[in-house]
Amino acid sequence: MKHIKTLNTQTLNHTVKKGGCGECQTSCQSACKTSCTVGNQTCEQKK
Amino acid sequence: MIHQYQNNGYNIVLDVNSGSVHVVDQIAYDVIACLEEQNPLHTVETLEAAETRNLLTARLPEYPAEELLEVLDTIRELTDAGQLFTPDVYENYIEEVKQRKTVVKALCLHIAHDCNLACKYCFAEEGEYHGRRALMSYEVGKKALDFLVAQSGSRKNLEVDFFGGEPLMNWQVVKDLVAYGRELEKQYEKHFRFTLTTNGVLLNEEVQEFVNREMDNVVLSLDGRKEVNDRMRPFRNGKGSYDLIVPKFQKLAESRNQQKYYIRGTFTKENLDFSKDVQHFVDLGFRQISIEPVVGEETDPYAIQMQDLPQIFQEYDKLAKTMIAYEKAGKGFQFFHFMLDLEGGPCVAKRLSGCGSGTEYLAVTPWGDLYPCHQFVGDEHFLMGNVETGIVRPEIAEEFRGCSVYSKEKCRKCFARFYCSGGCMANSYKFHHTIQDTYEVSCEMERKRVECAIMIKAALAE
Repeated sequence: MKHIKTLNTQTLNHTVKKGGCGECQTSCQSACKTSCTVGNQTCEQKK
Repeated sequence: MIHQYQNNGYNIVLDVNSGSVHVVDQIAYDVIACLEEQNPLHTVETLEAAETRNLLTARLPEYPAEELLEVLDTIRELTDAGQLFTPDVYENYIEEVKQRKTVVKALCLHIAHDCNLACKYCFAEEGEYHGRRALMSYEVGKKALDFLVAQSGSRKNLEVDFFGGEPLMNWQVVKDLVAYGRELEKQYEKHFRFTLTTNGVLLNEEVQEFVNREMDNVVLSLDGRKEVNDRMRPFRNGKGSYDLIVPKFQKLAESRNQQKYYIRGTFTKENLDFSKDVQHFVDLGFRQISIEPVVGEETDPYAIQMQDLPQIFQEYDKLAKTMIAYEKAGKGFQFFHFMLDLEGGPCVAKRLSGCGSGTEYLAVTPWGDLYPCHQFVGDEHFLMGNVETGIVRPEIAEEFRGCSVYSKEKCRKCFARFYCSGGCMANSYKFHHTIQDTYEVSCEMERKRVECAIMIKAALAE
């Protein structure tokens, strides 16, 4: 019986090499303006 | 670091440093908890050690030994694959990212320090930001865009949000600046993403047509149910704004094919049952929804306090279940704070280095003064310079540059640091007079939202 189901295959450390280009949207420009939410932002390179 | 929790019948294990999400059965849930307690820095080697096997059989006698070892073997495989017990190897990397020469890529243009509403919770004090009423001139706006282009280095995508106060009170300047930005694009091979944040009072056909042609995103401010909205968002004469605004927003959202906009509300202590306001938005036909907690002084009657959190958490749980049901019925909608892309989200650099305020992102007042972000506008302590002079107080930018999840002790221990980037520095300053702290009420809510967002993914993966 399978005890563990993993929902995602990509891990964050894979983004170290090509990450940090900064072309993505500034988090506060999206909707919030009063909090800080980056987990829901989109990577510009993966668009 | 591992964070595990149970929500809506799911046992969820988040391997914080890899971002891997595992949905597990009860035995695996208990085994992982036991292992984490034994050694949060487990490696393949320590998991294979006899001591570890013995610990599990001694600590979890309710499960057959054979099954415990089967689970342990799966955990070892996942650890080997970098999906469990992943160490935090990013600190030096983030330091390096933060030391890179930053460019300015986003401006919040305070196109109008004036407003036609008198919202009770407004951090901008009805648009005036502790100062006088003012509209940005075209000349100042042009210099702001020139400044942005000049400071943006090789960055192609530049963002300009028309903010206020209420930007539609200075609409001609907005249109002229968009036209000027389009000229700059050709000249400098840049791409401007214009956005607008509006209360909708002055929204009309002409504005809608322009917004749909030129604006990448539009944020429409409305709080939800009529009585909720009108209590906090009245006109200056005290009359509610709901009836005037809702039909305009519905029309605009439809005209944008229900994309690239947010209907964005604020919830306060007076509507802690805000899942009903989200539901109300859904019933009105909106599909891109954001309702966010108010940030107020502790003395403000509408401010959210620690003791309100249990109810707020219940509301988030309720909302998460509603979203799952709607999604399964093919009528899904987005809730900004539950959006999570497990496979294609932002890179680690983005996740851990902070929001960019004071360095990549600046706010510009109607007279061209530069501040680290819109929330600092009006506080002279944070005045960085002007669009004429550029940044004359680089030490402020340095102070903001020095902020990341690794510079804040509370963030280092928090599982949600990969989702909030260390939280809002303006909120930290508001409550602790330093940008190097966190606003705990907000952190508690962020952690809950991350848990709900992941649970939704688990439910939809079935």
